[in-house]
Amino acid sequence: MQMSSAGHSRFRQLSLFITAVLIGLPLFVIAFNTLSLPWSGDWSTLSHLWQTVIPEYINHSVWLLIGVAIGVMSIGVTTAWLTTCCDFPGRSILTWALLLPLAMPAYITAYTYTGLFDFAGPVQTTLRDLTGWGYGDYWFPQVRSLGGAITVLSLVLFPYVYLITRATFLQQSATTIEAGRSLGLTPWQCFRRLALPLARPAIVTGTTLALMETLADYGTVQYFGVTTFTTGIFRTWYGLGDLPGAIQLAGLLLLAVVVLMFLERWSRKQARYDQKHHRKALPFQLRGWRAFAAAAACWLPLLLGFALPALQLIGWSIERAEVWLQPEFWQLALNSFMLAVVAAVIVVLLALWLAYGRRQLPTPMVRFSVQFAGLGYAIPGLVIAVGLMVPLIVVDRWVIGLSQAWFNYNPGLLLSGTLFALLFAYTVRFLSVSLQTIQAGLTEIRPSMDEAARIQGYSGWQVLRRIHLPLLRPSVLTATILVGVDVLKELPATLVLRPFDFNTLAVRAYEMAGDERLADAGPPALMMVAVGLIPVILLSRAMLKSQRPALKEPEFVPTTA
Amino acid sequence: MSQLQLNNITVNIGETAIVRSVSLLLEAGEIGCLLGPSGCGKTTLLRSIAGFQPLRQGTITIAGKVMSAAQTLVAPESRGIGMVFQDVALFPHLTVAENIAFGMRKATTAEKNQRVDELLVRIGLPGYQARYPHELSGGQQQRIALARALAPRPSLLLLDEPFSSLDAELREKLAVEVRQLLKQEGITALLVTHDQQEAFAMADKAGVMYQGELLQWETPYQLYHQPRHQLVADFIGHGVLLQGVVNTSGSLASPLGMLEHSALRDIVGGTPVSFLVRPDDIVPDDSSRLRGIIKARGFRGAHNLYSVELSPGIEILTLSPSHEQLQVGMEIGLRPEFDHLVVFAADHCELPGFETEPPVVSPLPEAQSA
Repeated sequence: MQMSSAGHSRFRQLSLFITAVLIGLPLFVIAFNTLSLPWSGDWSTLSHLWQTVIPEYINHSVWLLIGVAIGVMSIGVTTAWLTTCCDFPGRSILTWALLLPLAMPAYITAYTYTGLFDFAGPVQTTLRDLTGWGYGDYWFPQVRSLGGAITVLSLVLFPYVYLITRATFLQQSATTIEAGRSLGLTPWQCFRRLALPLARPAIVTGTTLALMETLADYGTVQYFGVTTFTTGIFRTWYGLGDLPGAIQLAGLLLLAVVVLMFLERWSRKQARYDQKHHRKALPFQLRGWRAFAAAAACWLPLLLGFALPALQLIGWSIERAEVWLQPEFWQLALNSFMLAVVAAVIVVLLALWLAYGRRQLPTPMVRFSVQFAGLGYAIPGLVIAVGLMVPLIVVDRWVIGLSQAWFNYNPGLLLSGTLFALLFAYTVRFLSVSLQTIQAGLTEIRPSMDEAARIQGYSGWQVLRRIHLPLLRPSVLTATILVGVDVLKELPATLVLRPFDFNTLAVRAYEMAGDERLADAGPPALMMVAVGLIPVILLSRAMLKSQRPALKEPEFVPTTA
Repeated sequence: MSQLQLNNITVNIGETAIVRSVSLLLEAGEIGCLLGPSGCGKTTLLRSIAGFQPLRQGTITIAGKVMSAAQTLVAPESRGIGMVFQDVALFPHLTVAENIAFGMRKATTAEKNQRVDELLVRIGLPGYQARYPHELSGGQQQRIALARALAPRPSLLLLDEPFSSLDAELREKLAVEVRQLLKQEGITALLVTHDQQEAFAMADKAGVMYQGELLQWETPYQLYHQPRHQLVADFIGHGVLLQGVVNTSGSLASPLGMLEHSALRDIVGGTPVSFLVRPDDIVPDDSSRLRGIIKARGFRGAHNLYSVELSPGIEILTLSPSHEQLQVGMEIGLRPEFDHLVVFAADHCELPGFETEPPVVSPLPEAQSA
């Protein structure tokens, strides 16, 4: 915006590059460790892991991924198609309500399902009361199993596929379907031969996002006793104190994530959106049993993915009502919220710095740095934690050594043992969320608006204050909320990086569930879900807004899109 | 005194020269127009006048004050100029009235209100003060953008393809309206466009840019009838360039026949030249010996535009009233009826001396035209 001197701009470019390098630090550590393996020739740790646990991790992870992929695709595509192209009772509510499962952290849903469907849970107890059966007299699916994990993760993650696929179905012009009908296709054939192939890139994108979350999940698989890479990393590091082993497992997990990332990038590239003005297709009016079946197909995932677990949490929270009066619990809540706010502010400020750098100095190096800094969303929290711990411990040891040599004083673990490590990890993981939000907001402020204001006599700072600040405020607010809520819900990284004796709502729920005190997990979980509803509401409002007929004339669609 | 003067300016982006040695003059109250295909450097030229692009060489003078030179760059906000952008660039968080008054920073509230009301009446949108940009149609948004640029009474108004996002009908209507408005306000303006109809509707002076160079800077009439460069002839209006060779006797052998003109006598015999044939230079005439086959017909309302093949590979255009239906494939006779001649040398530049009198055309011998 302002004419900056060459020196200033070079300094700024360098600072953006260094930011990206720092954000990528955990990634570099793990990649370096993994890549240096063949070089050093020390395969002992890895070969030991290969002989013992890795085949099991791979086996479980692959089945988990396949199961969740099938689950989210079938639920997500069905609900997306039905709510866009058919009309049946409750459609307008379902349109936004189907996003609600996103508010549930998967591990919380896992706890509620265990509470509901375990041997001692209300479902099986009622069954026994009604039939008079006893233990072992009947077969009931085991909740805490691989199948249970697949079910829970599918129910929580399908909105990713729903959201993205729905957007494509909406963008498909009515004329596409009408052209199909005019060429002799039935509505069902239209769906199968036109709508579905057109939406395929979107379906793949949504599914890969859900699978990345699946790979990152620790709480659910841990609670259900399904050993995967995340539980393996945790056990190797925390249980066995074997950090190099944990790093090598993290490297393997990272490899899987990278594959998914490429798949996601590739599918996004395949997507060709027809941005031209189009008429919306009239939805097929469903009646009778068809309407009933469609309604059931959409209400059921909502019921199972949100309503049922939420009710169970409310039940537990009432059962343990006294918890709400304990100051200790509110201290916990305060801890969580403070942490979330501090992390969100740091992350959003950093995202603003990067986004403005990208806008004002779009050199290849800056563009690459900013893009690289935004990769963290794909990387599981545990992987980041492991990769961060190694360099932080090195620095801490060095500082301690120096301090003891000079002042004969041990300052303790300044970086790895404090909130610093936690905030660093959150920044790496959630920077991309805020970066995307802010960059989207920033593209709304077209460069010509800057110029229009400049030419009318406003200086660079005045343009920032009068044009950018008011226009960017919603994006900054949204980014802050998204990051804050994500931080609040994040379990694995918090679990391993939190300072000694520092607890959050997520950690408390995890610990209570681990102690088989599920009802005590209720209040903190309910609080997280309640807060988690905020971004879902924002998301659904944005979704509904984007499908309202545009007031602008069609020719005003930016040609660069 | 001229309001805008570009003196031999060159603009580089990186190491590439986007604008090369362009000079032009705009008197106070005149509307100028830069035409050219996309990527020809016309928008860069406009942005350098606005002060968003530094100059490599030359000077830009606005109202007698040097604004840009190789070492000087007066900031955009200090130039006192207005600009209308291709993508409108209204501020979405401000109302129409706030948008229009945005640049009137030193004015009192009463002055602002008065100016906003006045401009809204002039652009035909009275009562729109409290609306927001997203509530307006594209044409309305573009008019508000114009009002915003005019509000502070700039000494020079720059318009960067202001109508390119509108449909053709609205575009021409707005172009005429905007010209009236600019003339009422007495504003000097420079417009950039790739649409010649727009340029003809608005401009007092116009020029064609090609690969960073300004090929000609004259009235639209002269651009059409006396193009100084083959590319200008190509870009402006319909027409065909025919090849010919000048004889030692001072006549020009061409697919239309032998052309005789006093100015041809100054050209060395054997020189290959090309000359411009507009559709209105050729009249259908059944008695003519010059004959061709109709290859295509385009309906233009009052006229039909025919493409006629004289001999393989050589086609010319002609107009005829649209109630005279001639069929594709028919053979027709054509009579050249030049008002003047436009002749280009091999270097694509116009040769002088042809604009004053029409040429005499005599058909070629039968054997050659067949």
